[in-house]
Amino acid sequence: MKACIRKIVIVIEETRRELDREVSPPTRRAAAIAVIANPFAGRYVEDLTELMEIGEELGALLTERAVAALGINGAAAESYGKAAAVGENGELEHAAAILHPRLGTPVRRVLSKGAALIPSSKKRGGPGLCLDIPLGHKDAAYVRSHFDGMEIRIHDAPRADEIIVALAVTDSGRPLPRIGGLSKAQIKGEDGLR
Amino acid sequence: MHEVQLRKQVVVLEEIFHEGGPPPAVPLRRGAVLSVIHNPFAGRYVDEIAGFMDDLTPLGLTMAKILAEALGGPAVIEGYGKGAIIGSAGELEHGALWHVPGGYAMREILGNAKAIVASCKKVGGPGARLDIPVTHINASYVRSHFDAMEVGLADGPRADEMLLALVMSTGPRIHARVGGLAAADIKGLDGLR
Repeated sequence: MKACIRKIVIVIEETRRELDREVSPPTRRAAAIAVIANPFAGRYVEDLTELMEIGEELGALLTERAVAALGINGAAAESYGKAAAVGENGELEHAAAILHPRLGTPVRRVLSKGAALIPSSKKRGGPGLCLDIPLGHKDAAYVRSHFDGMEIRIHDAPRADEIIVALAVTDSGRPLPRIGGLSKAQIKGEDGLR
Repeated sequence: MHEVQLRKQVVVLEEIFHEGGPPPAVPLRRGAVLSVIHNPFAGRYVDEIAGFMDDLTPLGLTMAKILAEALGGPAVIEGYGKGAIIGSAGELEHGALWHVPGGYAMREILGNAKAIVASCKKVGGPGARLDIPVTHINASYVRSHFDAMEVGLADGPRADEMLLALVMSTGPRIHARVGGLAAADIKGLDGLR
């Protein structure tokens, strides 16, 4: 592996009620998160290829772990999102290098499809920072019931020379969606939008 | 009898490969299971609350099983701890209701573990974090297994809820080297040494 991984964290959430209503079936989502060394911490490096390659391998690893945590086939995943947080000795561009050029292809391979853009967020900060991973339907970005977000945090990361890379997958949308818009039953799935 | 109304369950699993030192052959695994339930005593003083411990027993057992399995099965579990965060319309005393059903559930699932289950509790709002102490399941003084895991979630506990947590680990701190009683030297008679 190119990435030097210190820690992998898996978070699985299952929501069964909202106020006085049962959520049936429960909504479920999982995040797989890797804490890795930042090979470029503390200095400016022009060529970020190494981080792009790390993004590619983490795309596969984290998606496989998230799907396994939900106990579903990749094809059964409904929405997804990704995020990265860079420790204080790194650049925001390091997060971009991991997330954008190469991470998506292996994610889509594990999930069978994934016509939609993978929503993302990134930031720089210290250990315990809170990272909100945006979520959207994997085949049609406009599916309104699946606009969501998942908060994660790891108390001891990122250290100054580390990067947190997170990938979230769900098998459902929000718990009780009722604000209209495109529904998943109406997905055409051709352009990744509708 | 009060119904245990479960809104949300979260499982967090950590796999720790190293912390700057030599990576051990087997990574340390640490995990938590959190349940956010309705607090039946929120908003008023209720004198008789102890019966709720019995109501919580099945939830405790279910959580202990989920967590032990997620970490590789009861046979690999070496450390444990428990905790509760009570929503702001409740009392700290409501958190104490978790001691018996949470602790004994883990001890039962782990083959009658001998050590007291370390714990921590507080009143807090959504997003509150709790550091749950972790100690060896058969001998509280095993120094290599003194640890803690921070837990919490963004949208709970609401004012009329409580967050109940169990934590387990599969071994010592990743680079443990400060001496004291070693797991290999446990006598295992009193739960302490």
